[in-house]
Amino acid sequence: MTPEPGAGETSPAPLMSLRGIRKSFGSIAALRGVDLDLYAGECLGLVGDNAAGKSTLTKILAGTYLPDAGSITLDGRPARFGGPAEARALGIEMVYQDLSLCDTIDVAGNLFLGRELCRRGFLRKRAMCDEARQVLAALDIHIPNLRARVAGLSGGQRQSIAIARAAAFDPRVLIMDEPTSALAVAEVQAVLALIRRVKAKGVAVVLITHRLQDLFLVCDRIAVMYEGTKVAERFIGQTDIEDLIRLIVGGNPAGDGQGFAPVADRDPPQRRHAPC
Amino acid sequence: MQEMTEAKAEPAEALAAQSRAASLRGLFRAVGMLPVLIVLCILIQLTSLYLTGEGRFMTFQNLSIVTQQASVNAVLAAGMTFVILTGGIDLSVGSILAVAAMMGLIVSKDFGFLGIPTAMLAGLACGLFNGALVAFVRLPPFIVTLGSLTAVRGVARLLGGDTTVFNPSLPFAFIGNGSVYGVPWLVIIAFLVILVSWLILRRTVLGVHIYAVGGNETAARLSGIKVPRVLLFVYGASGLLAGVGGVMQAARLYAANGLQLGQSYELDAIAAVILGGTSFVGGIGSIWGTLIGALIIAVLTNGLVLLGVSDIWQYIAKGAVIIGAVALDRYRLRGSART
Repeated sequence: MTPEPGAGETSPAPLMSLRGIRKSFGSIAALRGVDLDLYAGECLGLVGDNAAGKSTLTKILAGTYLPDAGSITLDGRPARFGGPAEARALGIEMVYQDLSLCDTIDVAGNLFLGRELCRRGFLRKRAMCDEARQVLAALDIHIPNLRARVAGLSGGQRQSIAIARAAAFDPRVLIMDEPTSALAVAEVQAVLALIRRVKAKGVAVVLITHRLQDLFLVCDRIAVMYEGTKVAERFIGQTDIEDLIRLIVGGNPAGDGQGFAPVADRDPPQRRHAPC
Repeated sequence: MQEMTEAKAEPAEALAAQSRAASLRGLFRAVGMLPVLIVLCILIQLTSLYLTGEGRFMTFQNLSIVTQQASVNAVLAAGMTFVILTGGIDLSVGSILAVAAMMGLIVSKDFGFLGIPTAMLAGLACGLFNGALVAFVRLPPFIVTLGSLTAVRGVARLLGGDTTVFNPSLPFAFIGNGSVYGVPWLVIIAFLVILVSWLILRRTVLGVHIYAVGGNETAARLSGIKVPRVLLFVYGASGLLAGVGGVMQAARLYAANGLQLGQSYELDAIAAVILGGTSFVGGIGSIWGTLIGALIIAVLTNGLVLLGVSDIWQYIAKGAVIIGAVALDRYRLRGSART
């Protein structure tokens, strides 16, 4: 198991900061002023009920949407993404909920999709296969045949490839939207282990999931969204599932939406859910 | 980590064997229709032997005719393969071929060989027009190319003043009628087109992007592939190859008629692509399959004429073979792959 970089080990300056992010679709305010900090080597869990604004927030992080108001800083410098390609160029990768793989292309081709190794437009197939093998081995992902089409692989293998594709090119921020929702139990464990390995490489990971028990296995911090605002932010040792559920369904006002919510006035958690 | 690299070293050969087996399967899939082609050839040969006492089909002369008949369709079908691989369709290739042939012949009267690039550029322009509407205006390919099927046909008639353009001293007539060491120029051109198409599809980044756009357009876009550029390319390529087909046709006939030339060629091209195992949904298929599909259609047409089957029954037989062959292919693939 990789050593858990606890709260004390995270670098003091956030890798990426959002301040006062607002986004509306027509008359619907999806985000009403959200602040969020991401730290290198830390996994942030993002939870909330449906339509709480999680997906909108991650799409702003990934450059798919432009915020209506608010600022984004990366390494302390203001950043503005014109699209996913620009965000990716700055090291921000996203794994989409609906498996963004091409079924009819082989494993190696999917890993390099959009950034194929080539010489004057011609593919360097051997180099791509070799590098794909290294990338997968480094993340301890086992795919026997890299020339097989991904259509024939299991859900877990496909999700692993999608994550590997995002993690392979030294991202600084990796955003994952429900990476485990469609997987079998054993496959979930494999994907969570993969997230831990990515985190250990110093990547700032953002994980959206409805499976709250998963959060306690990989996350260092959890931010709770409620109707377009961030209502609470907890270190993993300061909260438990009941607490999270209260926050998710009630938008418990104990969190002021600015920085960490006070925890002293809450019942202490029954026991610390130690990340394994 | 170390244990893993050791473990990796062991099955390296097994992996290589596996990938060889996979490519063998791929090859088998690509040539899936080859048995149909061979059986068809044997059947026609035997029937002609039975009916006339001599095998008229498998003679050097007749096979040369068959390949020439297949060549124009193979060139159109190569372009169609690009388009269908992205999940699109190009119904306008027959009309574009007519426009290109008309342009080529008209220009050749005064400027000789300049007719060839003119015809090809005319085809490219029509194709890019289709591509721009599909890629940038986001109109459905079926509608766009159905429109240009009609409109471009009109342009073809307009070009010759609705008459047949004839150039008896066509400088590039050798393309349609000459041969090199016994191999007709038409066949050489068709083979080169297939070869270049294979290179693009299987060996270049553009090829991967074509398959990606057909396989999952959203994924392609999110991974940074410039989807409109890929679409522009495939329709442009289809138009350009229809232009090449126009040159070949004009060179063979010394003449072109805006109303009749290339009528319903798009259907033969689509049939060749589908016979070749390319999926209408996009993302799956190969250019070698298309070549075999084009050969099946040519062999069938030629064989039925050789056997003295009436024109009416030829239509019915051709349609039945196309449907039957594809049904057979689906049935055969059902167990092995769910694509």
